[in-house]
Amino acid sequence: MIATADQIFVLLQHWLVSFLPPVLRPVAAVLLGVVGIVAVFPTLFALAVWMERKGLARMQNRRGPNRVGPFGLLQPIADAIKSLTKEDIVPLSADAAVHFMAPVVLVVVVFMGIAVLPIGRNMTLVSMDSGLLFFFAMGASTELSVFMAGWSSRNKYSLLGAMRGVAQMISYEVPLLMSSVAVVMITGSLSLDKIVAAQNQYTWGLPHWYIFTPWGLAAFVMYAIAGTAETNRSPFDLPEGESELVAGYFTEYSGFKFALFFLGEYVGMLSISGLGTTLFLGGWSAPFSILGFVPSWIWFFSKVMLSICVFIWIRGTLPRMRQDQLMNFAWKFVLPLTLLNLLVAALWRILGDGWQRWVICSAILLLAYGLMARIGMYREHIGPRKYRYAE
Amino acid sequence: MLGEGILKGLAETARNFAGSFVSADRLTTVQYPEQRIAPIEATRDFPFLVYDGADWEAGLRCVACQICEKECPPQCIYIVKSTDKKPDYVGKQQFYPARFDIDISVCMSCQICVEVCPFEAIKMDTEFELSTTDRFGGLLHDRKELAKSNEHYHKIHPTEASEVDARLAEEKVKTEAKAKAAAAAAAARAAAPAPAKAAPSVGDSASKPAAGETTA
Amino acid sequence: MSFVFYVLAALSVAGALAAVLLKNTVHCALALTVAFAGLALLFLQLDAQFAGFAQILVYIGAVAILVVFAILLTRGSETPKDGVYSRNWPVGLIIATSVFAVLGWAVLHSMSAIPQSTSAVPVVTVLDIGNALMGRYVLPLEIVALLLTAALIGAVIVAMHEKERPK
Repeated sequence: MIATADQIFVLLQHWLVSFLPPVLRPVAAVLLGVVGIVAVFPTLFALAVWMERKGLARMQNRRGPNRVGPFGLLQPIADAIKSLTKEDIVPLSADAAVHFMAPVVLVVVVFMGIAVLPIGRNMTLVSMDSGLLFFFAMGASTELSVFMAGWSSRNKYSLLGAMRGVAQMISYEVPLLMSSVAVVMITGSLSLDKIVAAQNQYTWGLPHWYIFTPWGLAAFVMYAIAGTAETNRSPFDLPEGESELVAGYFTEYSGFKFALFFLGEYVGMLSISGLGTTLFLGGWSAPFSILGFVPSWIWFFSKVMLSICVFIWIRGTLPRMRQDQLMNFAWKFVLPLTLLNLLVAALWRILGDGWQRWVICSAILLLAYGLMARIGMYREHIGPRKYRYAE
Repeated sequence: MLGEGILKGLAETARNFAGSFVSADRLTTVQYPEQRIAPIEATRDFPFLVYDGADWEAGLRCVACQICEKECPPQCIYIVKSTDKKPDYVGKQQFYPARFDIDISVCMSCQICVEVCPFEAIKMDTEFELSTTDRFGGLLHDRKELAKSNEHYHKIHPTEASEVDARLAEEKVKTEAKAKAAAAAAAARAAAPAPAKAAPSVGDSASKPAAGETTA
Repeated sequence: MSFVFYVLAALSVAGALAAVLLKNTVHCALALTVAFAGLALLFLQLDAQFAGFAQILVYIGAVAILVVFAILLTRGSETPKDGVYSRNWPVGLIIATSVFAVLGWAVLHSMSAIPQSTSAVPVVTVLDIGNALMGRYVLPLEIVALLLTAALIGAVIVAMHEKERPK
């Protein structure tokens, strides 16, 4: 009974596919999985948009939308209808082909990234040996879409926003990869299924999630920072800064294409959260072994929505970072710490089981953090500003 | 320590989030059409014409002097003076406006018309829910729509209305006193023309050079 | 030579042709990206998963962006006044044909040298690649790392040089 609830989607897929001749069965199985993903993730996107508006509002001492349905739950549907019925304006001097392709590329690439996430037990759409590499390859392609959007609009503000966006995404991709390399090193495989299986063990009822280790916690924090920057979320949302660049690289988009960009951004956020839960929070495994009766996909989606709540919380708290501040932060603070984290993870593996490795690894990480913080604060020049002009 | 500020900020927003469900000062939204905030006394939106008594035509204080029409910066007031006169609150015969139109889509609520009116006839109302679907005449208010009673004025601006009433009452008293004094002086002049005729040069010659000095 | 191979080959060749024949330089860069994607898909079709995804990650995610930035930051985004084809195109055609002939001869010569066995192709996993890099090929790895470090430091120095000029 419990196993049925856990595997209900797999069983449903097998049952639906059994109606077809054996030749078509593999293709049909994959297509059903794709239909499932394309149905579920936009629904999650609508839920995330609703949570963002209500949650951010409550943090800002106001209610969110509460007129459209009970507690405003139908507001995302109203927004969708509005985006679909708005006039699609393409500027006269814009590059029409590239202007059209940019949101399409973004949405396609973002959905492809979800294909390797283990959503539940046996519920990965494509189970590959180098699944993590595939995910990062798809993440790298989103930058191309940002650039295409900014350049094709023939608008200097869009172009500026696009260039800032691409620079930011490239800079933060390195810490993103480096923090996941630590996980790969300890697990010994690039396959996301194996990473989740390695975390699905319990001692004394507590799980072996990587976030509960010193290097895992450090890697998770840096992954979260880099993930926030990759999806252009506050406090790293300078490329789409609403008060500075109008809407940055998607200024010239209206109607359905704008809705596609919005969809792409939120589904990107969902997929980065999904990867974060897979790598650090144990994927679909339950927090305590006694809670194993709850279906695995429920755990996965709850952890993803919890990550979204944390994203929203951080957006409501922090002011936007300036471009040079964010680049400095990436290259001079986060990257050295990720490299050190690799070393610490290797030490963890070498020292073998026991309380010593906890103490040594935690001590090294805290010392490094404290030192970097000291050095960073020390170099604050408070005085008249020196200007650098372009030659 | 680095990161401390961020953690404190996160705690503050979390407190805001949780508190907005329980305490009223962490959720200050007023849900507009169902709940309204009472306007303060000095609120001003668009002008209205004050009338005393029960009949709005008879008690309208406006005497169509057209000062407000001339002083209005966006020129949103249109007045047509009447041809006949009617008595005002002290009994004096005054003109009255046959037409008094204010275009509230033009009016900028500057209150200059109120400040320059010598007859306390036009005051600022507090009504703002005036939107209409008639885009051609719906926002042009004529004198029937604009005329509101003095009781209404007392309700929306009590202190101002009491002051205005006091001033008008004072004026009335002064006018009545002057009228009584004039009547008494006229009666006195009528009663004593004979002793005045006995010494005409004294009275007349005394008054004439005084008149001559003032004119020169 | 399956149908999928022909489709992917056509995609790569079309992308490469568009990259040299289009007028707008940024369109050329995007067409080059399509050619890279075609190559990556060819690697994937040959079951070289690591090579395919690394191709996407490095070429499309970094090299294409680099090319695009280079076009943007110089004046390459304006269409050239004299047209896209140079006047010496016959020489170019001769050179291209000779290079193609050499490459074709090398490929065909090596194909006949491989024993035509129907045994399965050995699957190369990431583990094998890692073992090879750390074992047999560690010296080339360190040299490439040194080269990349030199390039990084050089880039930083070139960018920093402007700061040291006296104001």
